[in-house]
Amino acid sequence: MKPSLEQLTQDFTALLAPDAGAASPVQVVDFALRGINLDVTVTPAQVVPAAQLLDRHGFSLDTVTGVDWLAQGQMEVVYDYMHFAVNIRVAVRVRVPRDNPEVPTVSAVFPGANWHERETHDFFGIRFAGHPKLSPPFLLPEDADYHPLKKDYKP
Amino acid sequence: MIEFLTSEPVLAILRLVIYLVAILAFVGLNAAYLVLAERKGAGWFQRRPGPVEVGPWGILQPIADGLKLISKQTIVPPGTDGLLFRIAPAMVLAPALMCLVTIPFGDTVMGMPLVGRNIDVGLLMVFSFGSINVFAIMLGGWASRNKYAVISAARIVSQNVAYEIPMLLVVVTMMMITGTLNLQEVVTQQAGGFWNWNVFRGVWTMTNPLVPVTFVIFFICMLAETNRAPFDMAEAESELIAGAFTEYAGFSWGLFFMGEYANIVVGCSMATVLFLGGWQSPIGTVPASWGALGSLLGVGFFFAKMYALIFVVIWIRWTFPRTQFYGLLNLSWKILIPTSLFTLLLTGALLTIRSLL
Amino acid sequence: MSALKEIKYTGGGSIQAPPDETFILNLGPQHPAAHGVLRILMEMDGEWITRAEPVIGYIHRMHEKMGENRMYAKFLPNTSRIDYLAAMHYTQAFVGVVERAAKIEVPLRAEYIRVITGELQRISSHLVGWGAFVMDLGGFTPILYAFEDREKILDLFEHICGARLTYCYHRFGGVCNDVDDFFLSGTREFVPYMRERLKMYRKLVTGNIILRKRLEGIGIMDAEMCRRYGATGPVLRGAGVPYDVRRAEPYSIYSQFDFEIPCYPQGDSMARYLVRMDEMEQSLRIIEQALAKIPEGPILGKLPRVLKLPAGDYCYAVEAGRGRFMIRLVSDGKDSAYRLKLRTPCFSNLSPFEEASRGMILPDALALLGSLDLVIPDIDR
Repeated sequence: MKPSLEQLTQDFTALLAPDAGAASPVQVVDFALRGINLDVTVTPAQVVPAAQLLDRHGFSLDTVTGVDWLAQGQMEVVYDYMHFAVNIRVAVRVRVPRDNPEVPTVSAVFPGANWHERETHDFFGIRFAGHPKLSPPFLLPEDADYHPLKKDYKP
Repeated sequence: MIEFLTSEPVLAILRLVIYLVAILAFVGLNAAYLVLAERKGAGWFQRRPGPVEVGPWGILQPIADGLKLISKQTIVPPGTDGLLFRIAPAMVLAPALMCLVTIPFGDTVMGMPLVGRNIDVGLLMVFSFGSINVFAIMLGGWASRNKYAVISAARIVSQNVAYEIPMLLVVVTMMMITGTLNLQEVVTQQAGGFWNWNVFRGVWTMTNPLVPVTFVIFFICMLAETNRAPFDMAEAESELIAGAFTEYAGFSWGLFFMGEYANIVVGCSMATVLFLGGWQSPIGTVPASWGALGSLLGVGFFFAKMYALIFVVIWIRWTFPRTQFYGLLNLSWKILIPTSLFTLLLTGALLTIRSLL
Repeated sequence: MSALKEIKYTGGGSIQAPPDETFILNLGPQHPAAHGVLRILMEMDGEWITRAEPVIGYIHRMHEKMGENRMYAKFLPNTSRIDYLAAMHYTQAFVGVVERAAKIEVPLRAEYIRVITGELQRISSHLVGWGAFVMDLGGFTPILYAFEDREKILDLFEHICGARLTYCYHRFGGVCNDVDDFFLSGTREFVPYMRERLKMYRKLVTGNIILRKRLEGIGIMDAEMCRRYGATGPVLRGAGVPYDVRRAEPYSIYSQFDFEIPCYPQGDSMARYLVRMDEMEQSLRIIEQALAKIPEGPILGKLPRVLKLPAGDYCYAVEAGRGRFMIRLVSDGKDSAYRLKLRTPCFSNLSPFEEASRGMILPDALALLGSLDLVIPDIDR
């Protein structure tokens, strides 16, 4: 089962069902420039369906990470996916409000996400709803109540 | 005075005291220098020089190590069983010393056999005291109240139970061939060249053609009983840190160490006595006319054979990875015990046939 | 076991004192088999592991925050401290992501040098991994042989960049020093030498019956488990998936070389062991080809005077010694990164441990742990 980029773009477009007229949430990008092939923007509710879609296509979760967009008042969670048989790299990104960052966990789909999400929770304070275990801190000291990669973090 | 000293009960006691002191000194120095031999040997196997700093070629290293161990505090961690914790190291060393008392290391000098106590059930005594060793390590591990130590204690008990059986079966086989439990007697029977040693004699006299196999089984069991690699389940440092010895510090740990090396010496001596002709010369017999000199030569043969075996033990340790615990038990229950039982039965059958002929 | 049960466990792990005959074994953070400060909370039934949970973070240094606070060039030395056994690969990944973002051209000679040093680094990394692995199994001698060989590689590296462990040899647009005849001839001599040594290791260690019994069928991590957890590198190739970033997302000039991806379908510890042994041979092949073809020319490309990356996010992955190392760099147009994510292989390779080790006995679990070839700073970053 080797997915093609076109197939994947179609599937994502069907899954995400973007409004007519709005910019497409699924963008094919040049690998040589960005290091990814497909850039997908989803809403928090679509994170798990997107992961399930990629799981069906045989993708593996590369990493989960956050970005703190202080100026926009948003937190971004980026899910990187890789495929072991074909060279397609997919980045799925979701933005949530900065004062209440919460996205559903994908650890039920990809157990490997468990640790990545714990790490992201440590660093950004993003809550992953339904995650089996977000505390105590994973990489930070056991009593840490701060999130050091937030842009307004002052040590 | 001389008459008093050489009168029988006094002489026996005096000899015992001298032997005990000598054996204690021997065990201490031997352990220290076997450590050096082990480290030097490991160095050579690993293409590095080994200890070289203390004294020429590092020969004072064991002394320095010993001083360091003695000067360290013996820590009894809170929560341990203090009494057992303190007794266990002594219990490891004492049985090994007792075993050494009955091991003959030479012919007679001035009518006296070169053995601490020439008793008729020497073989039995060595193996009964040898079994106490496991008990002591188990107590030490249990008293430590440390999980690694408890796991190690559980391992060592099942390991020793598993390996005691083939070892004793092998010893019974040898007893049937030699017909005696007296170790001096066992050695005397093997006089006259290496082809008369038990390990080879059984093959060509057809008492038991499988004696070389028996010897290998004995050697493997000896490695397992003394917790040497590749069977060092009790210590297993990459799994259990130091197993039963984890909580021990200073000289109580040093005693365990000495006990281990003393047990290796006992094991290799037993292998020498039972299979490799003890103090007998490998070629022919030392003429009786050589007297005490001949006896000293015999002592030399004994130690040469014993240390050659110890070298093999060291060699094996630095060559092989550790076996897995269940692999170890399987080796004993599925291979060694059936094989040793078979050799036992074969020997019995062959001896019966011989007696009938 | 009553005395053992009294002790209360707090902190990192979620395993509570069990009610029955099972007990908790706290393996680490200081333990000979942990290769650093890895802690594994094990719920044990006798010697059987009912559950093992790795607790990490003891050597966490927050390289990602440092990456946000420093200019790109100043962060470069940090990357060689993430996995100190494969520093060349990690530096290469970082210069790679910056070059990709800033569209810096790298001269061909520099790319060849990067390939040669990268493959030498892979050999030295696998040598340490191999030696430490066999040491975990109780065989003490191989690691010293491995260090003897590794020493030759370190001497070569020291000659070109002055460092023996944490090389900062790569630069944006090339490498910092040109290689000279000493390095090239030394590497040429090293290739046949190492081939002979690998043959010897095969006879001495790989064929050993005890080693095979310890590893065959132990710690099975199949391809599906690797996929779900994102395990890469020799772990994945030991599960029969021929995935290698050098092939899958060819970076540098790896597409010009002829090499195989060693791959064993068994998925057990022995397969992972064999993959590493075979990879060393393939690395020697690559080095041989690169040495034959290395061109003359400059070693540093044209660089902008002030290095600022255009806004956007960029990914760059390399095949490091232990698997896929990926950097995701988010830039907002300034001279330091807005966000720098380091996706390290050991982190993902360790995460299946909890599932894979269930129901094993302690020595086997440690054999599995050793076969993952972990470097703890690489997990904790």
